[in-house]
Amino acid sequence: MKTLFDKIWEAHVVSTVEDGPTQLYIDRMYCHEVTSPQAFDGIRKRGLKVFRPNQITCIPDHNIPTINQEAPIADPISKKQVDTLERNTKEFGLTHYHMGHEKNGIIHVVGPENGLSLPGMTMVCGDSHTSTHGALGAVAFGIGTSEVEMVLATQCVFQSRPKTMRINFTGKLNAGVTSKDLALYVIAQLTTGGATGYFVEYAGEAIEAMSMEERLTVCNLSIEMGARGGLIAPDQVTFDYIKGREFAPKGEEWEAALAKWKELKSDAGAVFDKEVTFDATLIEPMVTYGTNPGMGIGINESIPTLESVDEAGRISFSKSLEYMGFTAGDKMIGKAIDYVFLGSCTNGRIEDFRQFAGYVKGKKKADNVIVWLVPGSWAVDKQIKAEGLDKILVDAGFELRQPGCSACLAMNDDKVPAGKYAVSTSNRNFEGRQGPGARTILAGPLVAAAAAVNGCITDPRA
Amino acid sequence: MGELEGANMEKFVTLSSTVVPLPIENVDTDQIIPARFLKATSKEGFGDNLFRDWRYDKNDQPIASFVLNNPTYKGEILVAGKNFGSGSSREHAAWAIAGYGFKVVVSSFFADIFKNNAMNNFVLPVVVSEDFLAAIFDNVNADPSITLTVNLESQIITNNTTGKSESFAINPYKKECFLQGLDDIDYLISKKDMIEQYELSRV
Repeated sequence: MKTLFDKIWEAHVVSTVEDGPTQLYIDRMYCHEVTSPQAFDGIRKRGLKVFRPNQITCIPDHNIPTINQEAPIADPISKKQVDTLERNTKEFGLTHYHMGHEKNGIIHVVGPENGLSLPGMTMVCGDSHTSTHGALGAVAFGIGTSEVEMVLATQCVFQSRPKTMRINFTGKLNAGVTSKDLALYVIAQLTTGGATGYFVEYAGEAIEAMSMEERLTVCNLSIEMGARGGLIAPDQVTFDYIKGREFAPKGEEWEAALAKWKELKSDAGAVFDKEVTFDATLIEPMVTYGTNPGMGIGINESIPTLESVDEAGRISFSKSLEYMGFTAGDKMIGKAIDYVFLGSCTNGRIEDFRQFAGYVKGKKKADNVIVWLVPGSWAVDKQIKAEGLDKILVDAGFELRQPGCSACLAMNDDKVPAGKYAVSTSNRNFEGRQGPGARTILAGPLVAAAAAVNGCITDPRA
Repeated sequence: MGELEGANMEKFVTLSSTVVPLPIENVDTDQIIPARFLKATSKEGFGDNLFRDWRYDKNDQPIASFVLNNPTYKGEILVAGKNFGSGSSREHAAWAIAGYGFKVVVSSFFADIFKNNAMNNFVLPVVVSEDFLAAIFDNVNADPSITLTVNLESQIITNNTTGKSESFAINPYKKECFLQGLDDIDYLISKKDMIEQYELSRV
């Protein structure tokens, strides 16, 4: 009796070093411009070729601007990094979806939407949000640059085998509560390090009821509680999502793949190292108040008091609130905000834009708020326009930018100024994450839409 | 030869050093090295920007209250609060720590990806109990000249002030890598036949 994770992991073990790590075979690696140059340098110095070039897809996403992508990148250092990726892909013969390419976008958006990420696979990228792809029923995790070099050279990585955790949800999410809220709720319950050392399987009624895109959001945030990755057993929702996508199997191969994918589930009675259960019906729209993703509360709740924090954590807690300019015990609802960011590998997909547009339709953007709406890929951008969402957004006073990681980590010009508050649908509220001194409040697309219209933290159900 | 390659060649056996205390929990890799400093295409120079936004103000002036700017505290061992290295997988965090000159990071808990990245750069993450960690912070607070000794061979860390020791875990393969100065890539390349066999077995 095995867990889904065990099945996929064991099918990819090439060898196990005695008393050491597992040599794990990787089906697909994604590379972006920030964490790959030193890895390419490494294999170049060793005089090696890329071992399996067909299993590697390279996409610049972190540095690229979200306006005027038609022009060369203005920041010379960003440009050099993006150019270096292009040069490396040419030298080593790798697929490259350059800036402006119709398949360009955030790697974790582009992979699933093109059928590159499939059930049963092992996938890595020098990016912790690689956990996203686990939503398709795969073992996907972030790695460092030395490990990127290992995969370039041998299509394998060395990894210690993580423990397994299943997170079950009874009941379904209430109306107005998103999969982002579910993920932020779980991280708040388990804390930012609560799943470190584990690979998580998400299961239960609330997960089964989710669309593929909602599941991608949940798995994306696995790393924010320290998990090596997260995955969800593939089902009809998964198969319907994949069918017909460009790199998905076709014809007889599809039928064969489908038969295999249907076996990808944890056996009844499989034992997990840890199992927790949450009642999905209790989850409210969430916001964070601090400087790690575990510092989240229901939108109508109060920031915890200092006394409620364990003693060893009080210095960090106070430092965090001081950075945010908040007071312990305060309510979050009604707090004025300056920026809203809709986008990122967490919430930059078409359903996120539908939710945002659905809320703002017929309303107006608050005058005092700057709003960045950044599609996760050109495919998302195209779909936004095909559905006429762009017109709804423009009528409400918003404009759409071009795809990329953007203000999630502010490596391009999309930086929130010091001291300003940003309601962000991204994944990290760390100090300075959205620009030096920027104050990030993580939330789902509906809370972001309500903040953009009202200029303050607002319950989107109100 | 860059600073890091130089460090890679060194074999790690035992280290006694004064410590730099950072009693903050959940130090994420965005604090260790902010994203705007990730644009380099080599591994060099990241040490200059280690803890950049805690270390320098917006005018690039050192912030006196931050421990790296306090000449009282120095050494090759960084001691940090629990869940060190959470968040982004950026190996630049390990390059920054190594580049600054730390050889060991002591905490009661490390994030997974950071731990791998550190070891791949011959920075040894040493996990100690909460009590052991709290004692180090107390001792260094009272006397900044205290030292720790980390013996990799015996897998023992000693607080030389209290005389207390704890054993720490490291998998035997990685320990050998540290002791011999070897890296994973050479090992994996030597296994190429096995990888090809594996690929054939899957079809």
